[in-house]
Amino acid sequence: MDDYRNSGFLFFLGAIVALFVTAQSIVFMRKAWLEGRRAGLPEEKMRKAVFTSAVFTLVPSLSILLTMLTLSGALGLALPWIRLSVIGAVTYELPAAEAAAQAAGASLMAGGVPVSVFSVIVWVMTLGIMSGPIFIIAYFKKLQGKVNKIKAEDNRWGALLISAMFVGLISSFLGSSLAGGLISILTLLSSALLMVICIQLEQKAGLKFFKDFALPVSMVGAMALAIFYTGLLGG
Amino acid sequence: MTEQEFSSGYEQSIHRMGRFWMSAALLVILAVPLSISIYFDAWPAAGPLLAGLLPIMMIYVPIGIIEVITFSPMLGSGSTYLAFTTGNLTNLKVPCALNAMEIAEIEPGSRDGEIISTIAVATSSLVTNLVLILGVLLFVQMAPVLASPVLQPAFENILPALFGALGYLYISKNWKLAVVPVTLMLIIFILVPTAPVGVLIPVSALSAIAAARFMYNRDMI
Repeated sequence: MDDYRNSGFLFFLGAIVALFVTAQSIVFMRKAWLEGRRAGLPEEKMRKAVFTSAVFTLVPSLSILLTMLTLSGALGLALPWIRLSVIGAVTYELPAAEAAAQAAGASLMAGGVPVSVFSVIVWVMTLGIMSGPIFIIAYFKKLQGKVNKIKAEDNRWGALLISAMFVGLISSFLGSSLAGGLISILTLLSSALLMVICIQLEQKAGLKFFKDFALPVSMVGAMALAIFYTGLLGG
Repeated sequence: MTEQEFSSGYEQSIHRMGRFWMSAALLVILAVPLSISIYFDAWPAAGPLLAGLLPIMMIYVPIGIIEVITFSPMLGSGSTYLAFTTGNLTNLKVPCALNAMEIAEIEPGSRDGEIISTIAVATSSLVTNLVLILGVLLFVQMAPVLASPVLQPAFENILPALFGALGYLYISKNWKLAVVPVTLMLIIFILVPTAPVGVLIPVSALSAIAAARFMYNRDMI
């Protein structure tokens, strides 16, 4: 039953996709690094960006791995690996796969799916997420030109505009977390408090580690506390 | 080198390079279902395909476009091309890029921000890739650990755990900008707790921009 879902052919496709993503990442990293060097950006800052980003990425990557695990029950291991290596997200792949399975008269909850349903799922998951990349190819250069123009005309407003967009992004997640139940609220507040503690440790005690790793420390600490709160209050 | 010179030279080549890689990525991504259908001789019937695709596209086509408009000014050009190939933007790539710029004490949207953001997103993509490969290779060993019920509350609360710390970091610096969007989002989520956060990100961002412009015009910020 599960032979086709975990066949060598699908893993071969996965390896090609992983190789492509790796190649693109290395090419873009190299390009940015050379530009940074030409622009006089200290190498130490660039090296630190690599190190801190690698550390920060570990925990969210584990949650992506968990989605792979969830999907693997019905779809095998290779397809979730492929889908989570490229455009999409934890929040996209599961609903997309389930919607496709249901449209084909099946459900992911029922376990392994026949190859006819699998084919519908893989096409839906792929085609459903194409709008972002297509929009980028068609319009991103123009869009970025407009943003640059705003910055060139009024740099202070340009910087404020970007800050406002980011504050908007954060606010939507704050709202959703605060409305997500007591454990979600406690986790959010704990994470913010841990960030305050990290900043104090860096500023008052001069512990530089807490500046560079404030975000992963706060995030992992708050996730650990979420386990504690769930035990205390009952999930 | 001035910002202007940087913009014209680097920007031109990064867009050329970005479009090339993004087009190649689309071909690679599309080749997956195509190869599967050919290899297994399993072509989806039009009915189920459309029935599955329509509800997904109704939600994710606008989200995909809105994500580009919202995130690209924060990320910069190089990392936008890369982040939209590798995915997981809100839960990983955008916070990662902003965290790297924060540590380097560099403004998002600036020349140096563009460079640091691209390096951060590239690193993040490589690490995720590696973790997923290890996950495939060590599936049998890792599956029971990751799926253990004890750890589930931690993974279920990863977004509050991420955005609590990020929220403090940015809102403490821009608290005036945050008053309107935070209030608006709180009201919406209290009234409709299941509202999709992806759809509300642009609403929240637009309210923040409107409030920022209002205060900027009146020298309040």
